[in-house]
Amino acid sequence: MIDFRITDQTLQPDLWRKELDDPSCGGYVTFEGWVRNSNEGEQVLHLEYQAYERLAVKEGLRIIQEAASSIPFQHALCVHRVGDLQLGELAVWVAVSSAHRDEAFRACRRIIDEVKHRVPLWKKEHYVNGDSGWVNCEACASHSHSA
Amino acid sequence: MSKQQITVTIEYFAILRERSGLSTEQCTTTAATASELYGELEQRHQFPPFDSLKVAINDEFSDWGSQLSNGDLVVFIPPVAGG
Repeated sequence: MIDFRITDQTLQPDLWRKELDDPSCGGYVTFEGWVRNSNEGEQVLHLEYQAYERLAVKEGLRIIQEAASSIPFQHALCVHRVGDLQLGELAVWVAVSSAHRDEAFRACRRIIDEVKHRVPLWKKEHYVNGDSGWVNCEACASHSHSA
Repeated sequence: MSKQQITVTIEYFAILRERSGLSTEQCTTTAATASELYGELEQRHQFPPFDSLKVAINDEFSDWGSQLSNGDLVVFIPPVAGG
């Protein structure tokens, strides 16, 4: 099976690993993206994710399908959280099961790299100093302030 | 010769949602392409310049030069930051 999901609930890897369970698979690799306490020198208090959900799910699924066309794994699942997240919470979970470990490692890496690069998701960090900002949008913000 | 008017729906996310104060709006416009439409909205809502954004029409990534049709759903996509 392959799937890409968006949820506003706490991620549940222990529940979902069953979906990738397969006696033909000898390797299972997962990635967890955690909310960390700093970014670019600023201390993060908490953050929020927003998704353009309809396109995010389409593009996320495409990413996994593309990985499947060149890497022979059996199952892959990626779930991304939206809404408000606290430090230490899981923002994203990727899991791959395959016959052998090499494909699982490669597919997992490829999927998370592509998800970060392509899926319409946005992260707003709230800092200890009271500021907040949309990640990767500094150029957008400063540009229009100068207008 | 008057330009043809169409009505499109726009959904806003992230910095565009904050800047406009809107999640969605309907627009009646003479804009023929996504970039022309953004030009109108950029003025109205004080949006960043379009070269930092992507655009989706009817829930698929599109080109800025794509022709708009009546009833289209347009979403401007700021630089993504998932994962």
